[in-house]
Amino acid sequence: MWTDVLLILDATLRISVPFVLAAMGGIFAERSGVIDFGLEGKMLGGAFVAATVAHLTQSAWWGLLGSIGIGIIFSMIHGYASVSKRGNQVVSCVAINIFAMGLTVVLANAWFHMGGKTPQLPKEARFMSIELPFAEEFRNIPIIGEIYYELISGHNALVYIAFIAVPITAWVVFKSSFGLRLRATGENPLAVDTTGISVNKTRYQALILNGILGGMSGAYLSTAHLAFFVKDMSAGKGYIALAAMIVGKWRPYPAMFACLLFSFLFAIKDKPEIFDLLKGIIPVKLLNSFLDMSPYILTIIFLAGFVGKAVAPKAIGQPFSKEK
Amino acid sequence: MSTVAIELTDINKYFGNVCANKDVSLKVESGTIHGIIGENGAGKSTLMSILYGFYQADSGAIAVQEKSTEIRSAHDAIAAGIGMVHQHFMLVDTFTVLENVVLGTETGFSLQESMQKTERELQRLEKDYHLEVDINAVINTLPVGLQQRVEILKALYRGADILILDEPTGVLTPQEADHLFRILNELREQGKTVILITHKLREIMAITDNVSVMRQGEMVAHRKTSETDREELAELMVGRKVLMQVDKAPAKPGSPMLTVKHLDYIDDFGVRRVKDVSFEVHCGEIVGIAGVSGNGQSELMEVITGIKPFQKGQIQISGQTITSTVRADAATMRRFGMAHVPEDRQRRGLVTSFSANENIILGYHKNPSYNNFIEMDRDFIIQSCKKQMEHFDVRPDNPHLRASLFSGGNQQKLVVAREFERDPALLVVGQPTRGVDIGAIEFIHRQIIAMRDAGKAVLLVSVELDEILSLSDRILVMFDGQIMGEILAKDADEREIGLLMAGVRKEAA
Amino acid sequence: MNERRTETLVVTLVTVTNLLIAFFISGVVIWALGEDPWFALKTLLYGAFGYDEGLGYTLYYTTNFIFTGLAFAIGFHCGLFNIGAEGQAYIGGLGVGLICLWLEDWSLWLVFPLAVLTSIILGGIWGAIPGYFKAKRGSHEVVTTIMFNFIASVIMVNILSHVLRPPKEMSPESREFAEGVWIPQMHEIFDWFGINITQTPLNGTFFFALICLVLVWRFIWYTRWGYEIRTVGTNDTAAVYAGISVSRNIILAMVVCGGLAGFVGINEIMGSSHRIMLNFQAGIGFTGIAVSLIGRNHPLGILLAALLFGILYQGGAELSFEVQAIDRHLVVLIQGLVILFAGALENLFRPQIEYFVKQLAPQ
Repeated sequence: MWTDVLLILDATLRISVPFVLAAMGGIFAERSGVIDFGLEGKMLGGAFVAATVAHLTQSAWWGLLGSIGIGIIFSMIHGYASVSKRGNQVVSCVAINIFAMGLTVVLANAWFHMGGKTPQLPKEARFMSIELPFAEEFRNIPIIGEIYYELISGHNALVYIAFIAVPITAWVVFKSSFGLRLRATGENPLAVDTTGISVNKTRYQALILNGILGGMSGAYLSTAHLAFFVKDMSAGKGYIALAAMIVGKWRPYPAMFACLLFSFLFAIKDKPEIFDLLKGIIPVKLLNSFLDMSPYILTIIFLAGFVGKAVAPKAIGQPFSKEK
Repeated sequence: MSTVAIELTDINKYFGNVCANKDVSLKVESGTIHGIIGENGAGKSTLMSILYGFYQADSGAIAVQEKSTEIRSAHDAIAAGIGMVHQHFMLVDTFTVLENVVLGTETGFSLQESMQKTERELQRLEKDYHLEVDINAVINTLPVGLQQRVEILKALYRGADILILDEPTGVLTPQEADHLFRILNELREQGKTVILITHKLREIMAITDNVSVMRQGEMVAHRKTSETDREELAELMVGRKVLMQVDKAPAKPGSPMLTVKHLDYIDDFGVRRVKDVSFEVHCGEIVGIAGVSGNGQSELMEVITGIKPFQKGQIQISGQTITSTVRADAATMRRFGMAHVPEDRQRRGLVTSFSANENIILGYHKNPSYNNFIEMDRDFIIQSCKKQMEHFDVRPDNPHLRASLFSGGNQQKLVVAREFERDPALLVVGQPTRGVDIGAIEFIHRQIIAMRDAGKAVLLVSVELDEILSLSDRILVMFDGQIMGEILAKDADEREIGLLMAGVRKEAA
Repeated sequence: MNERRTETLVVTLVTVTNLLIAFFISGVVIWALGEDPWFALKTLLYGAFGYDEGLGYTLYYTTNFIFTGLAFAIGFHCGLFNIGAEGQAYIGGLGVGLICLWLEDWSLWLVFPLAVLTSIILGGIWGAIPGYFKAKRGSHEVVTTIMFNFIASVIMVNILSHVLRPPKEMSPESREFAEGVWIPQMHEIFDWFGINITQTPLNGTFFFALICLVLVWRFIWYTRWGYEIRTVGTNDTAAVYAGISVSRNIILAMVVCGGLAGFVGINEIMGSSHRIMLNFQAGIGFTGIAVSLIGRNHPLGILLAALLFGILYQGGAELSFEVQAIDRHLVVLIQGLVILFAGALENLFRPQIEYFVKQLAPQ
C-alpha cells in the first residue's frame, strides 16, 4: 500500500511537469494583463518541434531549445496581434491553438509520413531519468529514504527544471524590479505609462518568458514523457494548466499545487486497482469513464470558483491605448 | 524678474477631425501657482497631457525652464522636472504607497535595494512638505485625500519642480480641498511651480497668482488673479454673460411618489455602501442629493432603480413595495412608472455601437407598441425615434446614426428624450450635465424643471453643488453612505452643505 | 445611407484582404513543403467544383459549417466565444441518432421534427451548462466549452463502445437504422424532378440549413430576443440598466448555439451515415469559428464563408490525394490563419483600405 502511494505520487510528479511549466508561463502573461488561452498551442507546437529537432540532431537539449523557439514565436504572434495591434486577445489565442493543431500535423505528415507521428526517439535523444546522489544508499531507510529514492530521485532533467521554475517565478514576480512593473502593468497600465515605463515593452518581455515556459512544457510531452510527437498530444493540457493558474490566483505556489492535484487525477486514472473497493458498487466501465472525465470536470469546478473566488489582474484582456 | 518655468507656443492637437487644442500659447512663471480654467471639454486636460508627454502635439513648441524641450513620453516629462497629479489617480490599487512611489524608478534586478532607498527619501519628503501618509498602507484602503497626497509625493520623489494638478478637488470635500491648497502654498513657498487645472472659479480666486482661460480648445485670455474677478472669468469661459440662476417657480409638492425606508446596500466586496437611508420624494418637487463623489450616491441610485438588489429596508413607488425579498429589476421599476437617466451615459445609458433608433427603445423594447407578434415593428420605431429626436432637439436628427457619432450633449439629449417621453411618475436623474456643453445644460435643466411643474417627482443626484443648488427644492447631503442632513433649497448655505459633505453634522460643527 | 454603403464596402474589402493574407501564408507553407502552390490551388478548385460529385461533397460540408458557423455567431452576438460547437454537435447528434434508432418505423415527417427537437434539447443542454457557469459563476466560456468537448468525447466513446455497439461488431458505432427515417439524398430529390445527378452525401438537410440562416438573421436583428442578446453582448452594463437579464440571455444564447450545432447530427447521421459514428463531428465545430468570423457573424457572410470552407475541405481532400506531401489538415492550419487575420487582426489594413475607399468615392 505504502509503495503504491509512493508510486502514484511519483507518477503525479511526472505528469504534473507540463502543467507546472505552462502554468508558470501563464502567470507571466496574465500578470502583465495579456490573456493566455494559447498555452495549448504553445505546448503542442513545442512538443512537435522538440521531437523533430531531437530526431534530427539526436539531442534532447537541442529539441528543448527548438521548443523554446516555437513557444516564443507563438507568443510573439500573440503579442503582435493583442499588444501591438490591440486585437481581441481571446480570438488571437484560439487562432494560435487551431493554427498549431493544423501546422504540426501537416508538417509531421509531410516530413515523416507516419500519420501525424514523428519517429521514435532513441534514449540518447530523450530526457532520461537522473539518479540523484546516494539514492541507492538511502533506499532502505524507512520513509525518508524511500521518499528520496522513489519520489525525489530518478526523474529526468525537465522535472527538476519545472520545480525549480516555481520558486524562480515566485521570486521574479514578487521580489524583482521586473516583477513590480509586471504586476503594475496588469493592474493599471495607465499608471505604469505615466511613470515613464513602456506598457507594451513590459508585456512583450512577459510574453517572451511565457513562450519559453510554454514551449518547454511541450518538449516534456514528446521528449521526456513519451519518445515521439503524436497528433493532438496536448489534449487540453494547456487549458487545464490555465485553470490551475486561475485557481492558484495567479500565484506560483498555489498554482503549482493545483497542477499537482490535476496530475494526481491523471495518475490514479492509470492505476485503477486502487479502486478495487468500489468495484462491487460501481460498474467498472462507469468508473473508468468517470476517471477519464475527472480532470475536465475538476477544471470546470475550479473555474466556477467553488474553491474560492479568484480575482484576476484588473487590466487583463484590455489592450493598452492612450487615445480616447 | 522671475524665470519662466513653462512656455508653450502655438500648440495644436487634433483627435481625428476634432480640434482639441488650437494655437494655444501659455507662459507660467517659476514659483507661482498658475490656474487654467475652462469648461468641460475646453481642452485643458489635453493641453496638460501634451505637456506631460501623454499625447503628442501635432505642431507647436514646448520650453521648460527656458530651454526648448521635446516631450515624447512621460519619461521625458519626468526628466524635464514635470510631475502630474491626474484627475483619475494613476495608482496601482493593490500596491502599497511605497511600491507605487518606487514604480518606474527602480534600479537593479532585485527590488529590495530600491525599496530601502525610496523609503528613506520618502520619509524626508513627508517631513519637508508636511505630507504625512503611512508608506506601507495599501492604496485601496486609503481615503481619496490621502491617495492624492501619494500622487504628490510620487511627483516630488521624481524631482518635479513643476507640478500639474488636473481637477484635483473634484473628489474632495470643500474642507479637504482647503487642506490641499495649504499644501500647494507650502510647495510654492519652497520654490515649486504649480499649474492648477479646474473649472471652479472659487479655486482660481482662492489660490492662484495668475490665470489663463480656455474655451473650445483655444486660449482666450491671461490675467493676474488679483486684477480680475469671478464675473469676468465666467464670461471669458463661456463666451457670453451667464445666468448663474435657473428660473423656476416655487414647487407645489403633492403626495409622496417614492418612499425609501432604512435602506441598506452591501456591495459584492462586502462593503456597506448605503447605510440606513430614508427619505421621500413627492410629486411636483425636485429632491437633490449632494455629496462628494464616491459617498454612496451612485449605489443609492442603482438600488432605487432596480439595477442592484439591496439587503435591508424597503422602497415604495406608486403604491408598490419592494424589499430585499420582494425584488424588482430595472424593467419592473420602469413598469411602476420610473424613468432613469443614468450617471454614465456611455457605459450605461446607451449602447454606443447601436443606432439611435435602437437606443431609443433601450429598456422599453418589450413595449407592445414596438412589437408585432414575433418581430419588432422597425418602421414604427424609426418614426417615433425621429419624432422624439426632433422634440428634444437632438442633432443630427438621424435615427440611423450610430450613438457613438453624436456629441456628448446630443447623446445625453437622446437619453433624456427616451426617458422623459414616457411620461413617468418618478424621474431619477444622475449627473445630467456631466461632460455636456453649456447649451445642452440649459436645455436639460429646463426639461427637468418642466417635468417637476408637470407634477412628476424628481430625484436628482449630482456632484456639482451648483447644479444641486439651482435645481433642487430640497437637498439631501450624503456622506459615507448616510444621509447627513436635509436642507430646504431656499435656505441653503454652501458652507453648511460643505460641512455636511465632509461628514460634520450641524450640532458638532 | 451613403455612409452605410461605404462601411459595407470597407468591411468587405477588409475581409477579402484578410482572407488573401491567410491564403498567401498557406501558399508559402505549401511552397516550403516543396510543392507548387499554384498547382495546389488548381487541384483544390477542380476537386471542389470541377465535377458534380466534387460539388456535392462541397455543399455537403457547407451544410455542416452553416450550422456550426451560426452556432458560433449567436454566441458572439451575446459576447460569448463559444468554441464548444464540437461537443454540442456530438451530443446533439447523439440525440438525433437515438431518436432514429428508437422511432425507425415512424414516418420521416414525424421523426424529422422530433430529431430536430431532440438535437436542440441535447445540444442545448450541452451549451447551457457552460452558459450557466459563465452567467452565474463567471467561468470563462472558452475553457469550459473546451472541457465540455473533452467530456462529450469520453461519454460518446463509452456509449458507442459499451451501449450502442451491436454485439459481435468491432467498431464502436451503432447499427444502421431503417431506411424510412433517412433524409432523402440530393440525387433522390433531383430524381423526383427527373434530373440525374451523381450520388453524394449531400442531402435535404442543405435546405434546412438555408432555412436556419434566414431564421437566425430575423431572430438576431428583428426580434426583441435578438435585441436583448445583442445588447448583452455589446454592453452588459446598459443591459442591466434596461432591465435585460444578462445571465438569462447568456444561457439562452448558449442553448441556441448548442441547438444549432446539434443540427450537424441531422446532416451527418440522418442524412449521410445513417448510424451514430465515432468522431462524426471532428473539426466541424472548430471550423464554425473561422466561418463565423470571416462571415462577420452575419448569416449572409456565414453562407459565403461556409461555402468557402466547404471548398477547402473537399478540394483539400482531393489535393491531399493528389499530392502526397500535403495533408488534409492543411485546412485546419488555414482556419487558424483565418481566425488570426479575420478575428484578432481584423483591423490590420483597415486604415489603408478606408483611405483607399475615400479616395475612390469622395463624398
